[in-house]
Amino acid sequence: MADNIILKLDHLKQYFPAGKGKDGKPLFVKAVDDVSLEVKQGEIIGLVGESGSGKSTIAYSVIGMYEPSGGEIIFDGQSVRKKGRPMKIKKDMQIVFQDPGSALNPQQNIGEILELPLKVHKMCKNKAERVERVKELLRMVELPEHYMYKSPASIGGGEKQMVAIARALATDPKFIILDEPTSALDVSIQAKIINMLLKLQKEKNLTYLFITHDLSLMRNIADRVAILYLGKVAEIAPAETFFRRPEHPYTQMLISSIPVVSEEEEALKPAKIESRGEIPSPVNIPPGCSFHLRCPYVQDICKQDDPVMVERGENHQARCHYCGVGLGTPNNNEEETK
Amino acid sequence: MSNEKTPILEIKNLKLWFKVYKGYSKVLDGVNITVHQGEKVGIVGEAGCGKTTTVKSILGILPEGQYVIPEGEILYKGEDTLKMNSRQLGKVRSGEISMIYQEPSAALNPVFTIGQQMMEVAKNSDQGKGKTKAERREMVLNAIRDVFIPDPERIFDYYPVQLSGGMKQRICIAMAIMTQRDLMIADEPGTALDVTIQDQVHKTLDRLVEERDMALIMITHSLGVARELTDSINVMYAGTVVEAAPTAELFRKQLHPYTIGLMEAVPRLAGGGIQAGIYGSIPDYLYPPKGCRFAPRCPRATEQCLENKPELVDVGNGHKVACFNIEEV
Repeated sequence: MADNIILKLDHLKQYFPAGKGKDGKPLFVKAVDDVSLEVKQGEIIGLVGESGSGKSTIAYSVIGMYEPSGGEIIFDGQSVRKKGRPMKIKKDMQIVFQDPGSALNPQQNIGEILELPLKVHKMCKNKAERVERVKELLRMVELPEHYMYKSPASIGGGEKQMVAIARALATDPKFIILDEPTSALDVSIQAKIINMLLKLQKEKNLTYLFITHDLSLMRNIADRVAILYLGKVAEIAPAETFFRRPEHPYTQMLISSIPVVSEEEEALKPAKIESRGEIPSPVNIPPGCSFHLRCPYVQDICKQDDPVMVERGENHQARCHYCGVGLGTPNNNEEETK
Repeated sequence: MSNEKTPILEIKNLKLWFKVYKGYSKVLDGVNITVHQGEKVGIVGEAGCGKTTTVKSILGILPEGQYVIPEGEILYKGEDTLKMNSRQLGKVRSGEISMIYQEPSAALNPVFTIGQQMMEVAKNSDQGKGKTKAERREMVLNAIRDVFIPDPERIFDYYPVQLSGGMKQRICIAMAIMTQRDLMIADEPGTALDVTIQDQVHKTLDRLVEERDMALIMITHSLGVARELTDSINVMYAGTVVEAAPTAELFRKQLHPYTIGLMEAVPRLAGGGIQAGIYGSIPDYLYPPKGCRFAPRCPRATEQCLENKPELVDVGNGHKVACFNIEEV
């Protein structure tokens, strides 16, 4: 069904100028390079990747903080850009940032912070109604009502993030971008916030674009997972498949690097592959497959041709020359590249 | 591995209070940690539970004059570092214990090259004293080579900004292992890094510590990291060690309600959803609870817990726990 696709990224490109090269040609940081993605209504889609892989840039492009350098963002059947977004779309699309400390205005109290989106989108008729709504929002995120008189500085990190979530919910959105909402928090607080987010998602039939670098967390919340490497999607699959049968060597490397707490999980890690090398600078993306410098299965073709997405099963795609053909034996003993 | 029985470091009932405007912030409340020769010990706990404060007090590098230690001792090879004068303490820092900090970009000085900074370490260490400049340079280059950085000559003249986070952390490790030390303290060395880089840094650290037969104190908030890198684990909560056990034993059975809660809150790679977490937050250190510091958040708390502080007692298999209401093992 095509009609239940809420967000579609069509060959999205986001380049940032980065001065001039030695030959005088302008250089670009290719933060997002030709990403196509479809998000269905009511699903939780996860974006994972290392820092510098373009996860947050995608989020910011979608929310309208950057003007895309190429491609299209289609939300609810409508092409959206940075400028000239209808209020309706701004209302339907919200974001929660990573660091709750800097996302809330320290000069305002929680009540004022939550009231602002209500005023902007004219959600309530008068002040009394707005106060009622603020109380309702606080109840939704399980904070006591009197918190509306507190300042952000006087509450804990976890509670600040709850307020940020309440603010995102204020406009009754359909779609929320969660940009590493719990990576600044402790696990015991993370658990509480994640559970609340999942509960809200079910109740309100929300769609989440969930960004995190924590794969174990992703396993437990996402319906589908896309993994990014240097601005390109390396593999995309339903969560279950993604973790049980990862096809792309980068996915395997990432999963094998996770520190886990039980034998059962240890068994899930691909054993044959070992992490090495670092993500290269996005200004100088290597030719061919961008992962070939770190790939233990690298062949000559990988150094020349950029692979294309191949279907590897139901809803499962990977971008590697050797997926399906068989990866051969890994070459883990090769000298570390840089 | 050498004799397991010799403790290299013993922290006994350490209490540490910070002076603040309103009085004393009673952060550490009787910490007991023992590290044996060649042993890898983990300290696990959430933000603000006193992990870093504990290890900083070993080296005496907390801000001077801003804290008091009402009770406790830190015995390093039988000598109390708390009673040492600055010359003795300097000797411990230059020849006995080294430390790696959490944030590699904050640990390196941005206005000096890697070489200049590492030469300084070499000059002030026990082994570097009396050596020529060329010999010290060789020491530095070897150390850089040891942490798997290719082309040390080039890196020598780099400034920290020219290196990635993972490389910077390797340089910090290189500094810490450059001279023979007996104890290495690593304060969340991989936390600021990506998971693939973290994995590499941890493996490098692990290999070097094994090779040199050093003892390691590994601070981390991640139980997964502790499981992979340590021989035994101390779980800290609000300035006390609530549970201590050999790593395998701790992962087989957790006894303290805090450890149980922490373990449940970790998202599993195998899936299966996320547990509820632990209700509430860390107590205010200005007015800490009278009895067990975990009691206000504890599902098993009784009258006794609110009144008395439980001692860390051995329950068998080297498993120690500070709780009145543990379930039968």
